[in-house]
Amino acid sequence: MAELTHTAIFTAETDLPKPETPLQEAWRIFQKDRLALSGLLVLGLLVALAVAGKVLTEWIIIFDPATVRLPDKFLPPFSGVSANLIPSLDQPLFGIYLLGTDELGRDVFARMLQGSFVSLSIGFIAVGISVTIGIILGGLSGFYGNVKLGFISVDTLIMRFTDIMLCFPTFFLILTVVALLPPSIYNIMIVIGLTSWMATARFVRAEFLALREQDFVVAAQALGLPESRIIFRHMVPNAIAPVLVSATIGVAGAILTESGLSFLGFGVQPPDATWGNILANGRGFIFDAPWLFFIPGVAIFVVVLAFNLVGEGLREAMNPRLRSR
Amino acid sequence: MWTFLLRAILQRLVLLVVISIIAFSIVHLAPGEPSEVDPNNPRMKPEDIARIRAAFHLDEPLYLQYTYWLRDLATGELKSFKDSQPVLPKIWQRFLNSLPLFICATLIVWSLSFPTGIQAAIQRGSPFDRTTTFVAYALISIPGFFLSYLAIQWVVDVFNVPVIGMRTFGMENAQPVFRWMDRLWHLVVPSLMSAIAGIAILSRYVRSQMLEVVRQDYVRTARAKGLPEDAVIYRHALRNALLPFVTMFGFLLPGLIGGSVIFEQIFAWPGLGRLGYEAILARDFPVILTINFVAATLTLVGTLVSDVLYAVVDPRIRLQ
Repeated sequence: MAELTHTAIFTAETDLPKPETPLQEAWRIFQKDRLALSGLLVLGLLVALAVAGKVLTEWIIIFDPATVRLPDKFLPPFSGVSANLIPSLDQPLFGIYLLGTDELGRDVFARMLQGSFVSLSIGFIAVGISVTIGIILGGLSGFYGNVKLGFISVDTLIMRFTDIMLCFPTFFLILTVVALLPPSIYNIMIVIGLTSWMATARFVRAEFLALREQDFVVAAQALGLPESRIIFRHMVPNAIAPVLVSATIGVAGAILTESGLSFLGFGVQPPDATWGNILANGRGFIFDAPWLFFIPGVAIFVVVLAFNLVGEGLREAMNPRLRSR
Repeated sequence: MWTFLLRAILQRLVLLVVISIIAFSIVHLAPGEPSEVDPNNPRMKPEDIARIRAAFHLDEPLYLQYTYWLRDLATGELKSFKDSQPVLPKIWQRFLNSLPLFICATLIVWSLSFPTGIQAAIQRGSPFDRTTTFVAYALISIPGFFLSYLAIQWVVDVFNVPVIGMRTFGMENAQPVFRWMDRLWHLVVPSLMSAIAGIAILSRYVRSQMLEVVRQDYVRTARAKGLPEDAVIYRHALRNALLPFVTMFGFLLPGLIGGSVIFEQIFAWPGLGRLGYEAILARDFPVILTINFVAATLTLVGTLVSDVLYAVVDPRIRLQ
């Protein structure tokens, strides 16, 4: 395929197919990777589930994650509601607990639905913050690295700061800050984001340093384009590939970090449900009600695995060395 | 060489000061003070709180508190807020507890991930490569404590040995052989659990590094002159692929504290991570700060050592 397009350019025939764009090429390589493709499928389902969860548990309440039904404690999955004890308003859809109930008789399915949105948004927002900081600092350091601020250059300043951040034991730092601040879901997102931008900054800096010398950037400068346009239209799109990969894997990491924080008791606080705190809560009932432990555990595992596999697929697809094979 | 060392050490000292200032400001600027740990206690009168704050210097400006902390740390008189025990011996003792766990986990990580990574790279695209890739991703995707709980349950069910804590209670007077076996059982499960993420990550890294090297011209040359495949892989390729792992040495050490919080908590291991967790719960600022400081020092020492080692193993690099 790729060889065909090359000959097309050389023989200058007009009716041959257009050369594919880099995006199409990446997608073609990505498709070949079965694992990554199935990961993408899982993620698509997850996003749909998360949106449905937000809609169905908060706006049009069909599954109510907060209803407490003490007569129906610890029911295994697929068990019916005790219709004579629970008022009909509090009964789950079709009178069946799809994934069982927990120690307060709350519907685990409803809680997982609600949690899918919260867990996913923690991952996405935390990574959004870290990628933004990483691109800005890495870009500044790569593009304006030689500018002097007094006795120190911008590059030295930013990279020393990155080194400093790398010296902190990350999880311990997150734990310290989250524990000292008042418990809030936004604090968790922000803190995870603020402590994980270092790798992105380093990637972007390295890419920018390499790109700055390339002909198309020099040409853009010679044309007198404004610097902002050179940076955002010409350089950032070319530097984005490794960032995208590390962002995908970063979402997986953020979901795991949240579950770790939940385990230590500093995660998202009730009544908000996340997969992490359902799992952390379920560990007390591993013998009596194993579904409370296994359902969120397996769910986290599958989703994090999907993110990691998609990230790996992206890495392969965007690696220029593997192109045209 | 000596000027390099001197300059590197000076640079790192400056970094260390900046790090300690940042850590100090994070801990002190966050809302909540040790004197507020129990605000609902009716016996806590405002004057009591004022007395506690004065005793801990919490009523003084931040820069003074920082200098007090630095002075006490340097003279070794730093006391914990919680129990007035000196901080440094406390941390040292917990560090000694964490050390076997850390060493054991590191040994497991390195001895498992190198063979798998190399093998996967040599047989790229084979069933072995694809299986290990998938297993590696599966292993980093499981929440650590989820897997640990399953492992504890399994070990206790199948082998009938207790694995929580550092040793079984009441074994102090047993025969030394039994005591050591007991210690070993208690050590193996937590170190395996904390090694799992490391195995997955490092084996992937070894694989990609190896793939990178195998593509080089000197490997093609070695093949072209008819060397046996084993000599090509292990003498020519592997030795070059190993170089970057020397630099990883520096980033191993902070894992000693950060990564261990969860696992020490699960296995009730009285180590450094758990001390940090307890200190956070009690708003024990001196202990939190000192642990952070120790971690940063270890990292900086680690990076220095790896810089020097890199120059030793790679003759192309000269320290100036």
